[in-house]
Order: sequence, then structure tokens, then C-alpha cells
Amino acid sequence: MSSVAICVDDLSVSYGSTPAIRGVSGAFEHGSLTAIAGPNGAGKSTFLKALMGEVSATGTIDRGALKARDIGYLPQASSIDRSFPITVADVVCLGAWKHMGFFGGVSSKATIAMRQALQDVGLVGMGDRHINALSVGQFQRVLFARLLVQDAKVLVLDEPFTAVDSRTVHDLTQIILKWKQEGRTVIAVLHDFDQIRATFPRTLLLSHTVIGWGSTKDVLTDKNLNRARALAEQWGESTDQRQYLA
Amino acid sequence: MTLFSLLISPFVDYGFMRRALVATLAIGLSSGPVGVLLMLRRMSLVGDAMSHAVLPGAAIGFMIAGGLSLPAMGLGGLIAGLSVALLSGLVSRVTSLREDASFASFYLMSLALGVMIVSLHGSNLDLLHVLFGTILAVDNSALFLVGGITSCTLLVLAMVYRPLIVECIDPGFLRAVGGRGAVFHFIFLLIVVLNLVSGFQTLGTLMAVGMMMLPAAIAQLLSRRLTTMLMIAAASAVVSGYVGLVLSYYLSVASGPTIILVCSFIYILALLFGPNGFLWRMVRPVSHNL
Repeated sequence: MSSVAICVDDLSVSYGSTPAIRGVSGAFEHGSLTAIAGPNGAGKSTFLKALMGEVSATGTIDRGALKARDIGYLPQASSIDRSFPITVADVVCLGAWKHMGFFGGVSSKATIAMRQALQDVGLVGMGDRHINALSVGQFQRVLFARLLVQDAKVLVLDEPFTAVDSRTVHDLTQIILKWKQEGRTVIAVLHDFDQIRATFPRTLLLSHTVIGWGSTKDVLTDKNLNRARALAEQWGESTDQRQYLA
Repeated sequence: MTLFSLLISPFVDYGFMRRALVATLAIGLSSGPVGVLLMLRRMSLVGDAMSHAVLPGAAIGFMIAGGLSLPAMGLGGLIAGLSVALLSGLVSRVTSLREDASFASFYLMSLALGVMIVSLHGSNLDLLHVLFGTILAVDNSALFLVGGITSCTLLVLAMVYRPLIVECIDPGFLRAVGGRGAVFHFIFLLIVVLNLVSGFQTLGTLMAVGMMMLPAAIAQLLSRRLTTMLMIAAASAVVSGYVGLVLSYYLSVASGPTIILVCSFIYILALLFGPNGFLWRMVRPVSHNL
């Protein structure tokens, strides 16, 4: 097996006539922890969606031997309807989708994995809670538990720590580090540079195009960050708005 | 006459009442759960829009069959309802109009067309029958159709239950595991239209949606668990169907509005006395216990 998990070449995505990201090329290596950083509206989520095949993109994405089921995706918490009457256990069990599919029942194996995952994220005994009754941090733990049950080789996390309390950030960071030890590949959109420096060895700095992609120390320099900011402003406010609407 | 015979004599004495009862119970069994899912998908008003949108198709079917024929009206209604749903979906993807806005435009267009067709070719009485239903017309073929729609609805809902719910809570996750949300959305819309069609004869096109939304609202007031909600919705729809038919028989009033009013009455009871209802709030302070 090659050392590269996902390789992108000249990847571009547009919303209507508005380009969101342009000419992104690079590779995520097996077992690497990569943070994706960049200004707001600079195409970070779009890039993840392109990786997941959710938006149509030009250029190539080479997932190698990875199948869709090998990639675990953590959506932005805001994209989830939390008023829906469903329990924590039900959400976490969805992680066993590749075993149960659209119609299959929840196996006892999946139930055991669900309990274990809840324990790992520090939500023991919360399985019967309604997801609406959880705090933002607790809900993020639930989504991580679902990823644990999914047991995916590659984990794609879209803003896992936005609006989450520091205790939860700490606990969930331990899970990410455990994933690294297990040889899984983690790709995460993050905003907190200190956290990126502390946990993520590699960084992709994105501002509609690649500003830097490599070891975090080399990428997160003042020069690069200023360039990213300048480029994002140059891209224009109207672009951001249209992107938001799309 | 005993109370018991009062409650069953209309159905023992008259075949049309028996058929109406079977039809109404079948409609309730499937419409209630469909309504719960509509409401949870934040599509409450889509059901309403659809019930108006089916009118021109139902009217044309009414004209061609020369009366209240469920198969003819159903087919017409199905075509009209699905056209409106598809066109709205298409317009919202191509233009900047949101889906609810394009739904509103198309269903109003459809409703106006329907009323015009009926008034050009029929009497006011016909229009009233189409809009509010008449139980006298429920024949055996209509019963088979209603029963078939109910069976199909419950089977299909059981099959698409998981993806349908996941698409609603977390569409990104469904796409990530390889599910096409739009497919399940469309299957669900198809089920909604079929259930509206099924309510044509006993309830009428306008009242049929009441059999979906009111039981769903009752269920939401009484429970926070999805499976319980689905059961409460089906049960309250079935109960209102039966009570509504008995009342409409003794009071000699139209069955559709009576059934929906009975359902509304249960809704008001749930509003007042339900666990989240007004009275409880006044009697006991909000509990902060875990």
C-alpha cells in the first residue's frame, strides 16, 4: 500500500459562476493528522465536501483503495436538526451503517460498540437521552461516539471544536490522538492555531487556493497567514455571500 | 336503545356506513404516521399545499368518470400532485426561489385551475363533494384502493424509515454513507400524495390533509419519542375517524368536516391536558429534575 491515503490534483469547485476553491493539489498521507486552516469563507468546508464527493468538482481526487465506507465524516454541528425526537443511542448506532445498511436491524455487536463508544467519549448512561437535551459539547461527544462506532480508516472532521467547551475539546483531542496511534488518517477543519500547533503535525492553509501545505511549523507562519487573509479579502464580499447562500 | 347499540347500529344497519368506516380507519392508520414525518421534516404546510395542488387532477378525473370515482380522481390527483411537487423542486434548484415559495406559487395555480374546471363542467354540489367528500360514494373498488394505499404506505415507510429520518436529522451523514437524500424525499412526497388521494371520498381533497396534520400535532404534544408519536398519531386518527362517522350519522352532517373537528377536539384536549399542556404548566412549576 502506498503511503498516500488521499491525493488531490488541481481541484476546483464553483458555486454557480462563483469559484470557491481553485487549483488545490496535494496529498494526505496514511496515518497523518492534518489540520485545515484559513479565514472564514475561504473554502475549507467546500474542500471537505469535495473530498467527500458531496459537491461536484473539477480536477482529480484519488482515494486509492479507500471506499466511501472507509471515510468517516463529522458534519458541522449546525447542519444537524437537533429538535428531532431521537435518542443518543440511536444516533451513535447509525455509526454501524456499513453493517446494517438502509434496512438491516441493529445487531447486538453494534449495541455493544455503541455502549463502548459512549463510555469512550464520557457519556456513560446517557444513551436514552433525547439529543435535544444535550449541551453543545455533549452533542459533539455523541458525534465522536458515532465516528468511533463507524471504525473508519480516514476521519474527516468539519469544525469539530467550534463553540465547544474546553473540557470537551481536551477529551475529544485525546480521541483524535488515539486515532493517530491506531494508524488512522485524520483531516480536520480547525480555527484555533494554538491547538493546531499542539496536536496536528501537518497543516493545509487554505484561502480559496493552497497557501501552504506541509508541516504545521512551516505553514503557520505570519507571512502565510497574512497572505491568506489578504487573498480572502480580495476574493470579495459578494463571493462570500453567494457561497453562503449556496 | 342501549349506548352500545347506538355506537354500532349505523354500521350494522347500513352497508355504506360500514364501507366508510373501513375506509376511514385505513386512512387514519397511514395518514397519522405520514403526518408525523411531515411535521418533523418541517413540511407541515407542504401537506396543505399538496392537498390543494391535487384538485385539478381530481376534478378532471371527476369529469371523466362522471361522478365521485376514487380510481379516476385518484389517478388525476396523483398526476397533478406529483407535477406540482416536481416542478417546485425543479424551480427551487434552478432559480433563487426557495422550495416553499415555489410550492406556494404552483399550488395556487393548481387550485385555481381545479376550481375553474369544476365550475365550468359541474354544479356547485359537485364542487362541494370534491372538496369535502361524501361517504355515500365509497364502493368496493374504492375500498380496495384505500386499503392498498394504506398497506403500501406502511410497508414503504418501514423500508425507508432509517434513511428518511437520517436525511432529516443529518443529510451530510446520509450522503457520506452513500444514500441519495433526494430519492427518499421524492418517495416520501409520493406517499404523501397517495394518502391525500386515499382521503378524497370520505374526507374530500381539502379535509384529507387534516387527517395527517392534526394527529401529528396531537402526537407531538403527548410524546417525545418517535415510535410512540407514530402510534399516537395513527390511534388518534383512527379514533377521530370512528367518532366522526358516528356523529355525522346522527347529526346528519358532512362526514369529512365532522371527522376533522373530532380530531381538532382531541388536539385541544392534548393542548390543555397533555404533559406539555397549558393546565399542567399552571398547576405545577416547571420541573428541573434530571
